[in-house]
Amino acid sequence: MSGLIVEMAAKALKLNIPLSVQLDLTYRCNERCVHCYLDHEDHGEMTTAEIKELLGQMADAGVFYLTVSGGEIMMRKDFFEILEHARLRTFCIKLKTNGVLIRKKEAQRLRELGVESVQISIYSHRLEVHDAITKMPGSFRQSIEAVRLLREYGIHVDMANVLMIQNEHDYNGVKALAADLGAQFIIDPTITPMMDGDRSILSLNVDKNTLREVFHNEALTGNVEEFCAIPQGPGQEELNSLPCSAGHTACYISPYGDVYPCVQFPLPCGNVRRTKFVDIWRHSPQLNEVRSIRLRDMPACSQCIHGGTCTRCPGLAFLEGNMRGPSYQDCEKSYARTGIPSENLKKRKASPQHLQLVQIQTLASVADNNRFLEISITK
Amino acid sequence: MKNSMYVARSTAIAARALGDETMVMSVTNSTLFTLNEIASVIWAAADGVTPLDQIVADKICTEYEITPEAALKDAESLVEDLAEHGILLVSDQPLAGPANSRGVTP
Repeated sequence: MSGLIVEMAAKALKLNIPLSVQLDLTYRCNERCVHCYLDHEDHGEMTTAEIKELLGQMADAGVFYLTVSGGEIMMRKDFFEILEHARLRTFCIKLKTNGVLIRKKEAQRLRELGVESVQISIYSHRLEVHDAITKMPGSFRQSIEAVRLLREYGIHVDMANVLMIQNEHDYNGVKALAADLGAQFIIDPTITPMMDGDRSILSLNVDKNTLREVFHNEALTGNVEEFCAIPQGPGQEELNSLPCSAGHTACYISPYGDVYPCVQFPLPCGNVRRTKFVDIWRHSPQLNEVRSIRLRDMPACSQCIHGGTCTRCPGLAFLEGNMRGPSYQDCEKSYARTGIPSENLKKRKASPQHLQLVQIQTLASVADNNRFLEISITK
Repeated sequence: MKNSMYVARSTAIAARALGDETMVMSVTNSTLFTLNEIASVIWAAADGVTPLDQIVADKICTEYEITPEAALKDAESLVEDLAEHGILLVSDQPLAGPANSRGVTP
C-alpha cells in the first residue's frame, strides 16, 4: 500500500471513521453462478430514496471509498440515478458487476460519472467454461465486451478470476486475456459459505495441490521465497495488532439496510432503516466487540507459529463459530503457503471438508491499485 | 490593480474531510491528494463566487497569525498547484460552483 493511503487509513482508524463501505444494491442477478454465496431474491430492497438518504449519511460519516456491488448492480432500474447521487456526494466509487448489461452508452455514462474502477468476474478464457459457471449462455462474450468498452473509455478494470474446481487450470489463460484487454488480473481462490451459513458450495474449492501451485507461482505472488517463508511466530507487535479493517475502518451494508463488519462477516450490527448509519458505526455493541479483538485475545492463533503472518479472516472464523477462533480455511492457506501446519490443523488432522480459501492479488495488481500519484500538499 | 481570482472545486473529484485534513482524488486519473488544515479551509471555501483574496481575508487571516500578503501568496501558489492537477478551477470571473456547498463532508 502506498504511504499516503496507509497514512489515511491510520488516521481514519484513530478518528473512528468508516473510510470504506461496500454497499450491495441488490442480491438479484442475471447470472446463476455455481459458487455464489447469495440467494437471488428481493426480500425488500432499500428504495431509491432510502439509498440516497443513506449515501448522504455515509458521506457525513466520512466514507470516502464506496464500493457498489450486488447481486448484479444493473438489475436495479435506478442504478444510474443512485450513481449520480453518489457522485454528487463526492465518493471515490468502485463497482463490482458481471458487465453483461454494459453497452457503449453505459460505459460512456460510467466514465462521465467518474467511476474509479470496475471489477468484472471472468472465470475462464474459454467461453464454455465461463458460461457453465455462470449458467448463462452468452455471458462470456458479453462480459468480455464490457471489459473492452470500459477500457475504451479509459476506465480501470479489474478482471477477477475466482478459482474453483471447474476452472482450476485456466488462471494463466485469464491472466493473458486481461493483459490483452488492458485490464488488471486478480486471482481469488475464495469460495465462501453462503450468507445463510450453508457450506455446501465449499466443495467447489480447489484442492491443496492447486492452491500450493498458485502460491508458488512467481507471476502471481511476486517474491515466492518471501511470500512462502517459514514463519517465526507472533511477536509483541503482532500480538497487539488488528485482524483486518472489518469494523475498524470498513463495513458492509446489504440491500436491506443491514450493517455488517464486512461482506464476508455476517454479524448483524444494526439496520439503517431504523438507526442512523453513524450511530450504528459508533455505538453498535457488535462492532465495538469486533473492534476490541487483538491477536493476543485469540487463544489458538496467538499460540500458532502462523499467528503473525496468517491472513486469518475474522468473518470466516465467525462463520466457523467463533470470531476469536481460527479460520480453518485460512489455516489451510498458511499450510499451502509454507508447508507447516497450524496449531489448529494439527488438532484437526481428519477434516471432512476441503475448505482452502484465500484472497490474493498479484503484486503487480497491488502496485497498480495503489497507483495514486502521491502528492501531499502541506503548505 | 490586480484582478480578483475566483476558484471552484472541480466536479470530477472524490473528496472527504478526515479530521482537519481533506482527501481529494481526481477521478480522471486517480491521483490522490491530502490537504492540510489551512489548505482545507481554502478548499472548502472555493465556491466559485467568493474571490480568493476575500477567502484568505475572511477564513485565513482571521484564524491564523499571518499577513494578508503572505497568506494570499501562499494561497495563490496552492491554487495553481491544484489547478494544474485539474481538481480546482480558476478564473478571473465568478465560476459556477460545485454541486454541494462545501465539497467535503462532514
